[in-house]
Amino acid sequence: MLTYALRRLLLAIPTLLLISLIIFLMVDMAPGSPMSEIPRSIPPEARQRMIEALGADQPVFMRYLLWLRQFFLIEPAYLIDGWFGTSLGGDAQRILSWQSRAPVFDVIGQRLGQTMTVIGAGYVIAVLIAVPIGVYSAYRQYSWFDQIGTFVSMVGYSVPTFFTGVLLIVVFSVELGWFPSVYDTTLRVTDWDSFLRQVRQMVLPVTVLALFNAAEISRYTRSAMLENLGQDYVRTARAKGLLEPRVVLKHALRNSLIPVVTVLALGMPSIFGGSIIVEQVFKINGIGAALIGAIIASDLPMVQTLTFIFAVLIVFFNLVADILYGMLDPRIRYE
Amino acid sequence: MSESGSETGHGLFSDRPRSPWADVLRQFRSHGGAVAGVAILGLLVLAVLAGPFLWRLDPAFIEPKATDMFKMRNLAPSLAHPLGTDQLGRDQLARMLAGGRVSLAVGFVAMLISLVIGTTVGVLAGYVRWLDGPLMRLTDLFLALPLLPLLLVMVMLFRDALSGVLGPEAGAFLLIVGAIGLTSWMQAARIVRGDVLALKEREFVLAARSIGTPPHRIVLHHILPNVISPIMVAATLGFASAIITESALSFLGLGFPPDFPTWGRLLFEGVEYMQADPNRVLFPGVAISLTVLSINYIGDGLRDALDPRLRRR
Repeated sequence: MLTYALRRLLLAIPTLLLISLIIFLMVDMAPGSPMSEIPRSIPPEARQRMIEALGADQPVFMRYLLWLRQFFLIEPAYLIDGWFGTSLGGDAQRILSWQSRAPVFDVIGQRLGQTMTVIGAGYVIAVLIAVPIGVYSAYRQYSWFDQIGTFVSMVGYSVPTFFTGVLLIVVFSVELGWFPSVYDTTLRVTDWDSFLRQVRQMVLPVTVLALFNAAEISRYTRSAMLENLGQDYVRTARAKGLLEPRVVLKHALRNSLIPVVTVLALGMPSIFGGSIIVEQVFKINGIGAALIGAIIASDLPMVQTLTFIFAVLIVFFNLVADILYGMLDPRIRYE
Repeated sequence: MSESGSETGHGLFSDRPRSPWADVLRQFRSHGGAVAGVAILGLLVLAVLAGPFLWRLDPAFIEPKATDMFKMRNLAPSLAHPLGTDQLGRDQLARMLAGGRVSLAVGFVAMLISLVIGTTVGVLAGYVRWLDGPLMRLTDLFLALPLLPLLLVMVMLFRDALSGVLGPEAGAFLLIVGAIGLTSWMQAARIVRGDVLALKEREFVLAARSIGTPPHRIVLHHILPNVISPIMVAATLGFASAIITESALSFLGLGFPPDFPTWGRLLFEGVEYMQADPNRVLFPGVAISLTVLSINYIGDGLRDALDPRLRRR
């Protein structure tokens, strides 16, 4: 198991390097440059020095290596400095945003919290709704509950999040006025009142994310439960006189959760991708909004770094899913 | 369902052998959701294709005189404009019809591209042994790419270049269709590869090979017809997700150019006016959702109908 995990980890490195190269080269072809941001009144020598300072005059390959070094060595060093007050980073050049001239990772650090709060809440609530629904749908297969559940999850899966979001805004903030339509990112939770405000503004985006994800997760739970409820060991458990809740909720559910957990881990990256849209709908100032802003402003270092972070997340969670699967299911043996 | 009952009788008692496709059709028709999906999708396609001939207002028509244009802006639904008008006085119904045509066309063409790539990669990886490893690594690599961010980057990069060559509309269409197709073939490739791997060990393929059938004919005549059902299911799902991806791109403002309506673009423009007129977002949103929902139901029905093990007799 450990050797398997290590091997997968080692295999992830060339994959990530290749992906980073693809992303870097693709973004590098973009027409935008830091020059377009510099006003024309600045003399050419000064302009040249500014471009050199940003490293934009080097050939592509050098810039790629530089960026890799910044991403994997310098930025983590600064991160550790920030945590422990050391000075590993020294005065090495960090990845700078062309928009704000601030380090890209500082911007990401400021925004990640917003994204994580909303997305995390959405995902947790989705799981909390979806698993019981899936279990009960499978337990009473073809009952009215199952039929309605199937229909609702089909709808939830088909209606795109940008429309659910807009629809919820029309109904609950325009017509009824219950919840704000714009997420206030400057709100600090200091007391009960501001906590309530935070909860109120989170309701709509979290609902959108939860509905969409719950639709998918409940389907997986249902089919996994259906498969397990037909197994011999469930019949044995019933035959030896165990109570029904114990049979279903302990024996069958535990085994059914194995594929569900894997699906949850695999779904994580697409959640971050989906956050781009939800953040746009509710004007949440998270990393998805940062990506859109950077793309529109041709802020290439920001786009490269954010896209690569998304790729790292995907590779990481794929790894987690594989390893979790092996750990949870003793029948799976990796040699 | 008396109709399907009589067909069963026909199949059982007549001498003519039942064709497998008749079975598929019969099973498909017993799936209520799938039938409803076909009906709704058919209606939508018909409306979008034939609509512009019946509803002859130009979707791009703006009153040339400014005073007239101002009078025409943001009208509520009326007989002259059943869905109202937009902020420039253009007829919303005509724009919905034109937009639907583009949205459905994008979904369809993108699905075709991704199917062709996916099937080719899948067949090659399954049939040609030394290509299996590299092609599957490539598939894994593509699966690990952050697709939505990359799509956005691709649109940003190539939109100006392509629209310079082909004009803004054709350029955007080609770019979006190509980008979606290039980033969505992986599932189809994996499914096809698995099926091809199993099929090529079967006796009829061995028989074909032993009488000297050249490899390309084995693939085209013996293997491809047998993987057609997973390809069809992948096609429906790909169609649905391509429509969603296109509308998501348009919704983020990185899809088609502003004057070119698609359902996603109309929704994006409607968001600004949704407080005054919720219809502006409701109609395109419902159109996208209904299309995707009915396609997903068709996919569900197809999967059941094409899998003989699921067939209830």
